[in-house]
Amino acid sequence: MSYLLTATCAVPAAGAVVTAALPAGNSEARRRTTKAVALAVSAATLALTAVVAARFEPGGPRYQLTESHSWIRSFGISFSLGVDGIGAVLVLLTAVLVPLVMLASWHDSDPAPAPEGSFEAKRRTQGFFALILAVEAMVLVSFLATDVFVFYVFFEAMLIPMYFLIGGFGDRAGGPDAGKQRSYAAVKFLLYNLLGGLVMLAAVIGLYVVAADQDLATFDLPTLTNAIADGKLAIDPTAEKALFLGFFFAFAVKAPLWPLHTWLPNAMGESTAGTAVLITAVVDKVGTFAMLRYCLGLFPDASKTFAPAILVLSLIGIVYGALVAIGQKDIKRLVAYASISHFGFIIMGIFALTSQGQTGATLYMVNHGISTAAWMLVAGFLISRRGSRLIADYGGVQKVAPVLAGTFLIGGLATLSLPGMAPFVSEFLVLVGTFSRYPAIGIAATFGIVLAALYALLLYQRTMTGPVKPRMEGMPDLKVRELAVVAPLVALTLLLGVYPKPLTDMVNPAVDATLSQVHQTDPAPAHPVAATTGGEHE
Amino acid sequence: MNSLIPLLVAVPLAGAALLLLGGRALDRFGHWLGTLAAAGSFGIGLVLFAEMLGRPTDQRPVREFLYSWIPVNGFQADVAFQLDQLSMTFVLLITGVGTLIHVYSTGYMAHDERRRRFFGYLNLFLAAMLLLVLADNYLLLYVGWEGVGLASYLLIGFWQHKPSAATAAKKAFIVNRVGDLGLSIAIMLMFVEFGSFAFGPVFGAADDASEGKLTAIGLMLLLAACGKSAQVPLQSWLGDAMEGPTPVSALIHAATMVTAGVYLITRSSAIFDLAPDAQTAVVAVGTVTLLFGAIVGCAKDDIKKALAGSTMSQIGYMVLAAGLGPIGYVFAIMHLVTHGFFKAGLFLGAGSVMHGMNDEVNMRHYGGLRKYMPVTFATFGLGYLAIIGFPGLSGFFSKDKIIEAAFSKGGTEGWILGLCALVGAAVTAFYMTRVMMMTFFGEKRWQPDPETGEEPHPHESPKVMTLPMVVLAVGSVFAGALFTYGDAFLKWLEPVTGFEEGHPPIPAAAVTVLTTVCMLAGVGLAYTMYGRTRVPVTPPVGSALTRAARRDLLQDDFNHAVLVRPGSALAATLVWFDSRGLDGFVNGLAATIGGVSGRLRRVQTGFVRTYALSMFGGTLVLVATTLLMRSV
Repeated sequence: MSYLLTATCAVPAAGAVVTAALPAGNSEARRRTTKAVALAVSAATLALTAVVAARFEPGGPRYQLTESHSWIRSFGISFSLGVDGIGAVLVLLTAVLVPLVMLASWHDSDPAPAPEGSFEAKRRTQGFFALILAVEAMVLVSFLATDVFVFYVFFEAMLIPMYFLIGGFGDRAGGPDAGKQRSYAAVKFLLYNLLGGLVMLAAVIGLYVVAADQDLATFDLPTLTNAIADGKLAIDPTAEKALFLGFFFAFAVKAPLWPLHTWLPNAMGESTAGTAVLITAVVDKVGTFAMLRYCLGLFPDASKTFAPAILVLSLIGIVYGALVAIGQKDIKRLVAYASISHFGFIIMGIFALTSQGQTGATLYMVNHGISTAAWMLVAGFLISRRGSRLIADYGGVQKVAPVLAGTFLIGGLATLSLPGMAPFVSEFLVLVGTFSRYPAIGIAATFGIVLAALYALLLYQRTMTGPVKPRMEGMPDLKVRELAVVAPLVALTLLLGVYPKPLTDMVNPAVDATLSQVHQTDPAPAHPVAATTGGEHE
Repeated sequence: MNSLIPLLVAVPLAGAALLLLGGRALDRFGHWLGTLAAAGSFGIGLVLFAEMLGRPTDQRPVREFLYSWIPVNGFQADVAFQLDQLSMTFVLLITGVGTLIHVYSTGYMAHDERRRRFFGYLNLFLAAMLLLVLADNYLLLYVGWEGVGLASYLLIGFWQHKPSAATAAKKAFIVNRVGDLGLSIAIMLMFVEFGSFAFGPVFGAADDASEGKLTAIGLMLLLAACGKSAQVPLQSWLGDAMEGPTPVSALIHAATMVTAGVYLITRSSAIFDLAPDAQTAVVAVGTVTLLFGAIVGCAKDDIKKALAGSTMSQIGYMVLAAGLGPIGYVFAIMHLVTHGFFKAGLFLGAGSVMHGMNDEVNMRHYGGLRKYMPVTFATFGLGYLAIIGFPGLSGFFSKDKIIEAAFSKGGTEGWILGLCALVGAAVTAFYMTRVMMMTFFGEKRWQPDPETGEEPHPHESPKVMTLPMVVLAVGSVFAGALFTYGDAFLKWLEPVTGFEEGHPPIPAAAVTVLTTVCMLAGVGLAYTMYGRTRVPVTPPVGSALTRAARRDLLQDDFNHAVLVRPGSALAATLVWFDSRGLDGFVNGLAATIGGVSGRLRRVQTGFVRTYALSMFGGTLVLVATTLLMRSV
């Protein structure tokens, strides 16, 4: 048994503890040590996930590098980890984004001028970076767990560091009541997700009771899903629906799906840009990931029953999120609503129950992570220069900071899924996968691409073009550190747009397995032409 | 030799990357680097062309597979190129005219501090446009399709500090996105129908599909074409796009990108030929637009906007021809190429005029310029004669063939189309003569610069600018005759697009005579109104039609009333609903459940936070308990 996956999760966890325990202090030197340690830990984690990805064989069994350490024998709970293609790409996404988020947030935890010497000022930097590493560790376990209970525990536990990140570290661009707004956002985040988690807990226990009833007292995910697929574990349809909804509710809050989304704009708006990226690009992905792995795997029939309703909700989310984004006055809230629209696409792809839809949804999770990170972090750089989140306070930035404006445009173009960039690949797959089973919904969803162009380009126009606004002259362009954050994100967006094959090779088999769990095959073309593979047709 | 095909795209793409990422070090010679990339691509195109001519007709199309792009079960998108006679025609047009305009821009943009970036964008455009015409499947075409849209966006808004330029750029992108929606849906329909969206397989299997499906695909492709080619009802962006630097208007918004819709329809002939209803829609769009653009062109005082109306109108001719099926495809493309020459030439001429007139665009402030800019006058004049269809020049041959094909459609429909096309020819002659008269003839109506008070001192442009104009003028004069000599163009393109001899209800010679008569009538009327009469500096009030045409036949008013205002209202309502309605409901619910007296603000106080944290505590205890249970 290899300990690679455990190590991958343990490194950031240990790093969090070490970072938190580093000597506190307000001095520049101590803060720099803290940051260096945290960044090194996240780099080490990235290296480990690269090993995981390299060892992963796309053609091999579904779960690889598996390991299991018994935990609570009496309930059949074990600390089991394993990676499949879907988990692998999300683990990679997480590991790539965390160091960049740290680098982008380099000064966000530095003491503000006022509370010098206070307790908070002393602990801020250590706390901030420790919390980020803690989130990373928990997210990684969530993507790698193959035990339902282990997943649940970490899915929930993630709320604790996130709560403190949102509530404790704002972007310093809010109004006079920023502190109040921030704690409101943090509490709202917590309440929503806690409620989802509690409902899920009931469903987790319910699942165990049902399984134990049929002599399958285990939380082991492969055992449960295989038993369900073989018919060895038969869940009463009514119970299955209830359990499905219990799981789905928690994931729909996390993702978030309309109308459970209203915590996201507050949380993303009030927190630092780095934290906002952690929320939307990493933590929320656990929700959509879990829909794919847990909802579909454990409750295939209920998934099919509820799929049309979920598709309608996700369609509403796509259009609604985009429209509300168009009407926003606050840059970060605009990005948040754009994300809500994108989560609609992801969930739509999952529940269209086609291989294009699900591969598209998985790629979407990755691509949305990368592109939104680029967009949001550059927005953060902009906001930190002017100290305002209001779109109306900006104008003419391209004249004074052309590189900043250019990268912001690239982030916006990625967000509107410009062909040639990664999000286009995933968005088109989701659309085509949905269209092939539900043509009307697929067509309606394409209106989202027009609206996306509107909110992305309106934001660019209002902030970056036109005459230079007052207090904008002399605004410095991106610094080296900031370029180091944006450059890899832009490079990945382009690379995965023209050559997504390394990802699709990993994801496709896992999607096949998921679809066979729900006994779904893709709709066949009406008049299929001879199968075409890589350049064979002539 | 096929391996040269990807280089066609790669060379300008590398140029763009170098120019956009390279630092200030490239500022001094970046524009020549960009021009070199364009010329390099043209050179490769010539080599491939010579090579293609050397092969027997049936072996001319070649395919070059690069790699598997998006492989998902049942869904196969490749990065693969197809070079056949149709693509080849476009490659030569794009890179040839493109190179000339790069050369011209080295002069035109000489004093712009962001010149390097401008050439980077131009190179990016070339790469995207070449990808568009070389792709062997619709999804890859889509990449080029939006790629040119991006380049267009960047170049229209090149002078971003001008709010009007930024707005125009955004408008062009958004309107085009509406068209792109059509392309998306068309590809999805093809995938569901055929399991493929590659040209060969789809066209081969088109026979199997029902007419209804093919009509749907055709209509969606038409929607896409309307966006890119500024056809009614998605025409509104083109006039505003003239905010871009004039070389951009010449290359992108006259000669190449805006003709992509015609390419799309012609390329998809296998689908349209089996969907007569979709073809009817194409023909209708083309006919309406050719009149719409021509009317707008008559009323504009801005020289570039007058030419933009003309572009719309001429592309309307091409779309009309493409909608006629095999009797029209070849002529659509032939007109597209000749139009590429004379319209690019006209725009460059307009740019040259502006260059000499302190960037003045209002023709009412021109007049009598022929003496001051002899080369510009001569080249512009030849382009003018070509576009109005003066016998012997390019436009004469290509437009005449389209009008003939329109009559050949047969029945009442044929008469309506033919007559509309004839009227269009007359109006074309009218507005172009008007431009010619107002700009180069009559008395000087020059105005001092409103900001600096400087009087204009019109002068001929430098050689780097006039040389491309001369080359394009030569093309405007001879291309049509060359193409029709021995039906050369027809024989070249027929293997790809197919061809059927049209049979107009009146003799072909009569059509030619009629066209010429209409043209002369238009010229005569405009000469009387603008050549023999003094042109007032302030525009007269004009008839209701003139006033409407000045406002682009109220297209923006319509879009505002029907789309923009209700859309903004909806967005504002939803923003309110999201924070007050949805959130208010949930907050209220949470507050009620929490036993707090339903007051929103109390959620924000310490109360609920404590409550939430205690819930957390509970969860932690739960986890701790389970951990401890392990030892049990």
